[in-house]
Amino acid sequence: MIAFLRRRPGLLPLLLLAPAIAWLVAFYVYPAIQMLQASLWSGTLETGFAFSWANAATYPEALGRYSDQFLRSILYAAVSTLVCLALAFPLAYTIAYRAGRWRTILLFIVIAPFFTSFLLRVLAWKTVLGDDGFLLGPLKAIGVLPEEFRILATPVAVIFGISYNFFPFMVLPIYVSLEKIDRRLVEAAKDLYAGPARAFQRITLPLALPGVFAGSLLVFIPAMGDFVNAELLGSVQTRLIGNVIQSRFLVNNDYPTAAALSFMLMAGILAAVFIYARVLGTDELESGIG
Amino acid sequence: MADVDVRLVNVTKMFGDQTAVDGITLDVSDGEFFTLLGPSGCGKTTTLRMIGGFEQPTSGLIELKGEDVTFLPAHERDVNTVFQSYALFPHLTIFENVAFGLRRSGIKGDEVTRRVGEALELVQLIGYEKRKPAQLSGGQAQRVALARALVNRPAVLLLDEPLGALDLKLRKQMGIELKRIQREVGITFIYVTHDQEEAMTMSDRIAVMNKGRYEQLAGPETLYERPTTRFVASFVGASNLLEGKIGSDGDSWTVTLPSGDVVRAPKSLGEIGTGGAIGVRPEKLTLLEPGQESKGNRLDGTVVDTSYLGVLTQYTVEGAGGLRLLVSEQNVDRTTRSDTWRPGERVALTWKPDHGFVVGDSKSA
Repeated sequence: MIAFLRRRPGLLPLLLLAPAIAWLVAFYVYPAIQMLQASLWSGTLETGFAFSWANAATYPEALGRYSDQFLRSILYAAVSTLVCLALAFPLAYTIAYRAGRWRTILLFIVIAPFFTSFLLRVLAWKTVLGDDGFLLGPLKAIGVLPEEFRILATPVAVIFGISYNFFPFMVLPIYVSLEKIDRRLVEAAKDLYAGPARAFQRITLPLALPGVFAGSLLVFIPAMGDFVNAELLGSVQTRLIGNVIQSRFLVNNDYPTAAALSFMLMAGILAAVFIYARVLGTDELESGIG
Repeated sequence: MADVDVRLVNVTKMFGDQTAVDGITLDVSDGEFFTLLGPSGCGKTTTLRMIGGFEQPTSGLIELKGEDVTFLPAHERDVNTVFQSYALFPHLTIFENVAFGLRRSGIKGDEVTRRVGEALELVQLIGYEKRKPAQLSGGQAQRVALARALVNRPAVLLLDEPLGALDLKLRKQMGIELKRIQREVGITFIYVTHDQEEAMTMSDRIAVMNKGRYEQLAGPETLYERPTTRFVASFVGASNLLEGKIGSDGDSWTVTLPSGDVVRAPKSLGEIGTGGAIGVRPEKLTLLEPGQESKGNRLDGTVVDTSYLGVLTQYTVEGAGGLRLLVSEQNVDRTTRSDTWRPGERVALTWKPDHGFVVGDSKSA
């Protein structure tokens, strides 16, 4: 085997990639093709499904019917990403440069929630944010908040839930890219008459952009497909496209619509990522870092 | 000398309970090439960083062109630094790297283009404007770092081992170039290095630092010919130090070696104190046949090692009482190795008393 590879060194990369490719084909490409097929079905579970290209009309139909949920998903995902970014950057900055010997502990705290199940965490917030939970209850009792005030079942609760759950995915990449920056560059900027704010704007921030980019994608993409937060913390008014897909598939057994929505969601995310990459100019950044 | 550009008065820097810089006082003149020379951990870089504004002294005063800047932050000082690792901004082009300081001081448009062009011309890097630092060789990156600092025409340029990352040949070449550039722009350079050869070839004056203070501050010639401490004598070039009982005989200091031999040095060379020594550089010694007549200091010994180095031959000679002396002889009359002294041969070592030097009581040794 080794002798064989020695004679054909070009095969080594293929060999190393083979497990991953096999995995992707089995669990991504094949199901995706199945889904594509399902999206072009017509019929019901009772009567059986029939495939026809003519059923492509399911796509515009589904888009028209669930455009509200689509737009809401984009809005919630975008707001959650911004909320994560606004909170994560200062935290990552502090951990990277100011935490000293607390660094490891702080990083651990950031990922600590992952030791609990995702569902459990959302349910826990449902209790915390409850209308008479231990957060709102006392405030209502002393009259700071009116009796009818609520967080649960509002868009705020859903966005909060999404932001909370994906927050570590924003912190870690930003931390890594900040930590990589040579602090002497900031010294050099100060040496060249840049004050602390200018040095941050001209040196630290641009060099941390790859982390911001990665973090934003890691939050935005799963947030677009979220349905757990909307389900448990939201209401009918906060239903996201993820909820629709989930109920079309598992409640209504409307496989064609669910599959079509899934595909459009995927296409939408890909388009958004592409535009985002263009705006941030990542290849420009990468050549600078390299 | 011209006006004082940088003045340090009793500057001390502590890191915790470690003293990095211990009460340094010195003046650097306008247009001078001044070097802080010393081994790692001697406090030279910390001294430079305090002048640059990256560290604040624990006590003492730093003046720049007569103005107290002790607590002025780095970005408000009329000083620029060439960092050891260059610290070029990886995301900016060479042009923008060099223009960085100009833009921060509010210079705009054509003026920026013109001055960046001039600076790149000075370091011979015209045509590299659009490249990124990652696309440069070490020597080129070093030149960009220099241009980026010089373009601002600071009162003082600080250089922190700027040639440390280059290979030997490039280092020598850049050393000569640095000296040329310094003459051309006339800016005061404060240069930090642990390489005594680099320091000797470029500097007007050198402060030889050891353990947070400088032991001797002088021009390269004086440092070499008249080192005043044991540390300077051994750090700058090679030395033979002759230790023993100190005495005085008319115009000369005498040192009676453990073997009983007496060596002399004129008192005009400096104070020997009570714990000093007489020293002599290896090339000042002459080797003679044991029977040959000579004047001046004389010691007998046996050659224990001979190393032929092309331009010179280096001998280790062992005298009475195990005293080892290093001797170098220029290979002028010799053309083959068979003419050199061989290990085991008896020789006499001689030198003129005023070719030696005198080190005094060492402050730190």
